[in-house]
Amino acid sequence: MDVCGSSSPTLREFGCEQNLLSRPDGSSSFVQGDTSVLAGVYGPAEVKVSKEIYDRATLEVVVQPKVGLPSVRERAREQCVRETCEASLLSTLHPRSSLTLVLQVVHDDGSLLSCFLNSACMALMDAGLPMSCLFAGVTCAIDTDGQVITDPNAAQEKESRALMTFAIDSTERRVMMSSTRGSFTVHELQQCIAVSQKASDKIFQFYRDSVRRSQGLRWFPRQIGDESRDGTDVRDDPEHH
Amino acid sequence: MGELQRVYFRFCCFFLVFLCHIYCFPYQKCTFTDMLSCFKDKVGDVLLPGDVFSFQMPESITDSKPEKVVCGPGLRRNGDEVLVCKSGILRHKQPNLYWIDSQQRRYVPGKGESVIGIITAKSGDIFKVDVGGSEQASLSYLAFEGATKRNRPNVQVGDLVYSQFIIANKDMEPELVCIDSCGRANGMGVFGAGGLLFKVSLGLVRRLLAPQSEIAKDLEKMFPFEIVVGMNGRVWVKSKTIQQTLIVANLLESCENMTAQQRQTLFRRVADGSI
Repeated sequence: MDVCGSSSPTLREFGCEQNLLSRPDGSSSFVQGDTSVLAGVYGPAEVKVSKEIYDRATLEVVVQPKVGLPSVRERAREQCVRETCEASLLSTLHPRSSLTLVLQVVHDDGSLLSCFLNSACMALMDAGLPMSCLFAGVTCAIDTDGQVITDPNAAQEKESRALMTFAIDSTERRVMMSSTRGSFTVHELQQCIAVSQKASDKIFQFYRDSVRRSQGLRWFPRQIGDESRDGTDVRDDPEHH
Repeated sequence: MGELQRVYFRFCCFFLVFLCHIYCFPYQKCTFTDMLSCFKDKVGDVLLPGDVFSFQMPESITDSKPEKVVCGPGLRRNGDEVLVCKSGILRHKQPNLYWIDSQQRRYVPGKGESVIGIITAKSGDIFKVDVGGSEQASLSYLAFEGATKRNRPNVQVGDLVYSQFIIANKDMEPELVCIDSCGRANGMGVFGAGGLLFKVSLGLVRRLLAPQSEIAKDLEKMFPFEIVVGMNGRVWVKSKTIQQTLIVANLLESCENMTAQQRQTLFRRVADGSI
């Protein structure tokens, strides 16, 4: 939402919650400013024979808009999210099974695709699916003066001359997926990529803090169950075959 | 609790599938002593997928003994590196076992685990069993105690079976048996006349099945009941009256996110009869 120079990019206030839905295997809610998205993950579950892949899991992404039925715009976004998720999931560990990711738009105030990506990443982590890296979505807009705005809201997006969303991975900060609209120069593209990579640091740190907080709520290190887990060895058990 | 509840900790069974060995040579100046000690320092910390610890062999080998690191669930080996692939807390067990303690709802079949399955179909010589994973498991009718081709076991569609996996990997259809390696049932087989089957998270099930489980001890003090706990998150409870059965089921479902203190307070209140 804020205009940035070449120094640290500013993002809107974001918040996240994990494990909030009771039916899906993993769920998360991600809020960026006023944009809010709810994500649910089911899997690894049974897959239809027509859709199964013999050596990897079949990932299906469904985007539900706030009102109305999904249209072509939602399909395009599904494609972007699916490609990013497939690049980071270790889907060869669950062949012939299906993973379904459902994204529900709760409110759209700009930077929707990056909010989808962030909530998808948190939901996949919450479901315990094996991943090789995390990913963060960052949106940049170039306004009519040529200034780069990170995490624009809906009004800024409308007035911008170009809008770009990048998915950045956590291990080497490379671009996994890019989706752009509008006209811009090569120099501006590279500038936006650099800005997004810097902004993704904040998002990854936020993921870490958020997971630390929610793991702390679920696991109580002082419980007796934990100590006994460290003390047993199935090899010592006479009943183990 | 009876033979039906196996209280030894099955978590270590994962290690049979995921074992990998990394030899690290402790070396004074090089990075991987730091890496190994970095790794050891992280025990008890929350790690995220994508965190990498690399153990590299030095060019000149010192005469110290090589150290072995065994990776359990949640850790994968990638050449000389150990990659974290699930989010959770890094745990350590002497002498050299490391794994990620993560919470999950979805069950993934593992060899040797005892689960509660529901018979969904009978086809020829095998039963199809729903265990809550991505595929249905198969259970041969000869895999029951005392079963022969002439003497078929009395198993109908919809029955509950307590059985264990003999084949459970990602490439093959999972297979179950209701006998152990000596041919005895050992508590496995069809059960469940009456009672209630419900689902809890995998973490709670592991806590219930741990050898000195606090939750199990607290539950025992309430009133007598039968319980079968499957590693796939399914729990079956039967008590003298339907009300008591429902009370135990609700207590188990609710004590997932409670501290030990809160749980004991709740159990005490129920035992006193105020709920």
